Amino acid sequence: MIDRARVTAQPVALLGPNPTLRMPVEAFDYVAPRSLAEAYAHLGNGRTSLLLAGGTDVIVQLREGRKRCDQLIDLKHIPELMRFGFAPDGTLEVGAAAPLAALYEDAEVLRRVPALVDAASIIGGTAIQSRASLGGNLCNASPAADSSAALMVLGARLLIGSASGTRELPVEELFAGPGVNTLQPSELLVQVRIPPQPPRSGAFYLRFIPRNEMDIAVASAGARLELNATGDRIEGARIALGAVGPTPLMAKAAAEALAGEVPGEEAFARAGELAAGVASPITDMRGSVAQRKRLASVLTVRALRGALQRAREAR
Amino acid sequence: MAATEHPSYKVIGTRPVRPDGVEKVTGKAQYGADVRLPGMIHGKILRSPHAHARVLSIDTSEAEKVPGVMAVVTRADFPVAEDVVQDLGEGAVSVKELSDNVLASDKVLYRGHAVAAVAATSPHIAEEAAGRIRVEYAVLPPVLAVRDAMREDAPLLDEQRVTKEMGGQGSGRPSNVASHLRFAGGDVEAAFAAADEVVEREFTTKMVHQGYIEPQNSTASWNADGTLTIWTSTQGAFVVRSQVAEVLRLPVSQIRVIPMEIGGGFGGKIPIYLDPVAALLSKKSGRPVKIVMSRTDVFEATGPTSGSYIRMKMARKDDRITAVQATLAYEAGAYPGSAVGAGAMTMLSPYNIENFVIDAYDVCVNKPKTSAYRAPGAPAAAFATEQMIDELAKNAKLDPLELRLKNSAHEGTRMVNGAVFPRIGAEETVRAALTSPHYRSPIEGPNRGRGVASGFWFNAGLQSSVVASANSDGTVNLIEGSTDIGGTRASLAMQLAETLGLPFEAVRPTVADTDSISYNDVTGGSRVTFASGLAVYEAGQELRKEMVRRAAKLLGVDEAELVYEDGGVQSTRDATKRLRFSEIAAKAGQTGGPIAGKGAVQARGVGAAFGTHVVDVEVDPETGKVQILRYTAVQDVGTAVHPSYVEGQIQGGVAQGVGWALNEEYYYDESGRLLNASYLDYRMPTALDLPLIETVLVEVPNPGHPYGVRGVGEVPIVPPLAAVANAIAEATGHRFRDLPISPRRIMEETQGLA
Amino acid sequence: MARTYVQATINGVATDFLCEPRQSLLEVLRDELGLTGTKEGCNNGNCGACSVLLNGRLVNACCVLGVEIDGAEVTTIEGIGNPDRLHPLQQAFLEEAALQCGVCTPGFIVSAKALLDKEPHPDEQRVRYWLAGNLCRCTGYDKIVRAVLKAADDMEPARQ
Repeated sequence: MIDRARVTAQPVALLGPNPTLRMPVEAFDYVAPRSLAEAYAHLGNGRTSLLLAGGTDVIVQLREGRKRCDQLIDLKHIPELMRFGFAPDGTLEVGAAAPLAALYEDAEVLRRVPALVDAASIIGGTAIQSRASLGGNLCNASPAADSSAALMVLGARLLIGSASGTRELPVEELFAGPGVNTLQPSELLVQVRIPPQPPRSGAFYLRFIPRNEMDIAVASAGARLELNATGDRIEGARIALGAVGPTPLMAKAAAEALAGEVPGEEAFARAGELAAGVASPITDMRGSVAQRKRLASVLTVRALRGALQRAREAR
Repeated sequence: MAATEHPSYKVIGTRPVRPDGVEKVTGKAQYGADVRLPGMIHGKILRSPHAHARVLSIDTSEAEKVPGVMAVVTRADFPVAEDVVQDLGEGAVSVKELSDNVLASDKVLYRGHAVAAVAATSPHIAEEAAGRIRVEYAVLPPVLAVRDAMREDAPLLDEQRVTKEMGGQGSGRPSNVASHLRFAGGDVEAAFAAADEVVEREFTTKMVHQGYIEPQNSTASWNADGTLTIWTSTQGAFVVRSQVAEVLRLPVSQIRVIPMEIGGGFGGKIPIYLDPVAALLSKKSGRPVKIVMSRTDVFEATGPTSGSYIRMKMARKDDRITAVQATLAYEAGAYPGSAVGAGAMTMLSPYNIENFVIDAYDVCVNKPKTSAYRAPGAPAAAFATEQMIDELAKNAKLDPLELRLKNSAHEGTRMVNGAVFPRIGAEETVRAALTSPHYRSPIEGPNRGRGVASGFWFNAGLQSSVVASANSDGTVNLIEGSTDIGGTRASLAMQLAETLGLPFEAVRPTVADTDSISYNDVTGGSRVTFASGLAVYEAGQELRKEMVRRAAKLLGVDEAELVYEDGGVQSTRDATKRLRFSEIAAKAGQTGGPIAGKGAVQARGVGAAFGTHVVDVEVDPETGKVQILRYTAVQDVGTAVHPSYVEGQIQGGVAQGVGWALNEEYYYDESGRLLNASYLDYRMPTALDLPLIETVLVEVPNPGHPYGVRGVGEVPIVPPLAAVANAIAEATGHRFRDLPISPRRIMEETQGLA
Repeated sequence: MARTYVQATINGVATDFLCEPRQSLLEVLRDELGLTGTKEGCNNGNCGACSVLLNGRLVNACCVLGVEIDGAEVTTIEGIGNPDRLHPLQQAFLEEAALQCGVCTPGFIVSAKALLDKEPHPDEQRVRYWLAGNLCRCTGYDKIVRAVLKAADDMEPARQ
């Protein structure tokens, strides 16, 4: 039978382009400031700006109509944004636009902050890593961004600059929701600062993807463990989860429960359960709620194992 | 490795560098999107955001005002399409439905359905202008899954459609079920009653895409004399010509289609999408117009293969499969024409099963119109059959390959459609799998499992023609009309070289346009090396005869005493009287003019293809992730003309099958929006997801071809779905009957996740 | 539409062109400069068909803007070997039958060259990891991986 009621559904008049269709890339201007001061001046000129670091997200977003701008500000000609290195106090200072490949190819970075390399070396394929930056990966504010959870357990802080000065904030305070960060339109991320890691500590990051490369995390976890002097107790821990909430999440209760415990499967399993408790994921083409909650637990345990091994190697 | 010896061929069986290779590794080869013509402008297509809606009005006035816009086309610019059915490629097509799919008329039937098009001086301007076209829709509820679409209260895609019943009366009620076929033989009820064991199961698969790397493209020039030239990447230039001729109601003689290099097709580049639109934009603008699809367009709006539902009941008595009852329902997409018939006809073909009833339903849903995909219809059907056999073997404590061997089809076995097999290699592939180093090796370690499965594909013959012309330097120009999608210039040139006794390098193959060679069917059905090979052989024979005639003149002897052998003409009476091919060719002008041979065939003697695959997997019990540890594909290839490209076809089919088994699927939301229309989320296997793929080439020569050639391209995608599922069943203790067997599915099943 | 003047070295040749800021390097190479060996497969960095070298580093040309390459060096497939003197990778792809349709081939060769320039002796797993950003739908990667490993071997005498 023909269901007449359905066939004669009400017409929906659409004025202008349909919002569900991808919009074409509209024309924009390109500026390439040579200094931070010049960049801040562009940010303050009243036009809608987007920042271009590696471009592997923003160029695609512009092309697919997911973002638009009057001007695209290329940050790659600002020397301090492209540099990275260890400060005298041991802080790893990474210019926000420095390419990931340069970072993870650095032997000193690999030796001193391997958890950062865990994340930096799996964002996209090799061609993406030649361009993509920590700053872009963070500011894009994807809940699944690989660098976020790794930097959160490393205690990274962000140096934010604008025409009126600079400020610092913990990396976890950058994220406001899927694709939304807490920066003001006048601000830009200048530097990611990873403090020297505690003695007898190790950190590890991993994600779960259905393929072996080129996927967005279905879920991810980072962990850092600090051991006591004898190595038989956990002194402190940090755990962060990706892709299981609107932003990357710190799993505080799970981390706190590890303090004072014997490092090993029993404690890790409990931490895994607690970590899953903070997960508030969605179901989409990449995974389901139940799957992601379970993965949060599994990956937490695996991240803790990796962190423990590194902590022991550090002793 | 080759499991059998073939006759002492000189060229066939060697591995020369393909004639088009250098152009392709240096980036010089011209693919469809590489076409650049003087004055050329760019077209973009506006597509439906709705999966199901009536088109009430289209207002293009704002788009026309955009500076740089040179033409806008809607369905109103098309000739009125006749509701007639024509054979335009792989099977019959309604011209009305073909036209409606190219550009929607009264209804849009899937998200991404083309509605209007703009041509402008740059692709960006065309895209902006397309966004300014105002379309008024009356949105209708979509129906997306095959079983939902079969319900009596389902939204109807076409209110005029009634089910075509093969040899019977349908209900006459409007339905999304476009057709119902039945194949039956023997007495299933008696066989079920007498069986030792009967198992009944349900299987589902999701819509998946061929995934060729090159998006569809077309460049058209409506010439001043009223003729139309089209440059495009297609599996069949002549089929593009006939489809465009029907849609635009032009005589085929006014259309010239120039096939560019093609970046993959797997069946997906047989239908037309862009060509008539580019042609009309060119007619209106007076400029050549190029349209290239985006990757999202490719996923949303070209032809993937069907999602399916299969219910199957299978009986075993001792070590014989005695009966099968099966129901198959395949998603056709927006218009009828799924490969469910092929699924039904192939699903039991590796076996000799006496009693069967198979019902097959072709069902329309609000998703893109499906098209062929490598052995169309067969993989989903084999996914069901080969898991059933595996389960019966395990239950009876029989080796799954031994059970297959016991029930294997052979010469004289009748298929469900009544056709009787000539000499085939079904048993041989199972035997070779049984004795393969892979199958004989132990599989050890936790969470690991080994699976096997067999598969069958008919292969096609159809029409091919070639012209071979001798050059004065002793080389031969081979003009063919089959687009070369993966090495057929080489496999055809090798057959001509073999026929003429010349070195491979002496044959120069060229793929010609539709004005330059007579008709050729599509590059599809694994038919080119076989059927165009027959045409090549015929042309070679003609050249040989002509060479003998010319040599007789040059040598001053009677033709009857001459024979063609070893690349020249030889007297049977006087060993010193011999002329090489090149010597005769050089003097063609003195002996009667140019020397050419032609071959034009309606190919008979198609050799069917069988394969048996063995795969080892490891499943992560916590995350459900599957790693392919080892893969061996055994296939009867008839004669491996160029073994490297035969292996390559098999390895490629395996990779696609593994992707289909594990991660690939069209993932829709309830409104009919495809949520993973990108390579990021469609998840085809990468280099890191597969091991080296071992191949075992079994050569059971096809008696229907002078060199024993069988098509090899399609059957390798048939076994992997079930082989992987069978391996996962071994590794996890759980049977997975719904594809894809993604980590999510495995976690849900093995860990009881909701 | 405002167009920007850009100067760059492309395949060793000083080149200049005008482009709109919204045009990608891929569009510039193909539409403005006629270098059509670099292919578009997905236009969002997920298939590697547009792989080129930018200042010696492997990038997807679809994820770079044309205006960004001012002053830079770009190498495309057209800058790697030529029909008379093929790069060992090109020769190995031919001999190993590492291509079928060939549309992904330029990207694979550029990507593999970037690897071998950096690491002359990768093992199979390393080659697979490096090439994971290049999709091929025809070959199942078997012969591609073999060709890259063979090219690495073939290049060895040249280095000594």
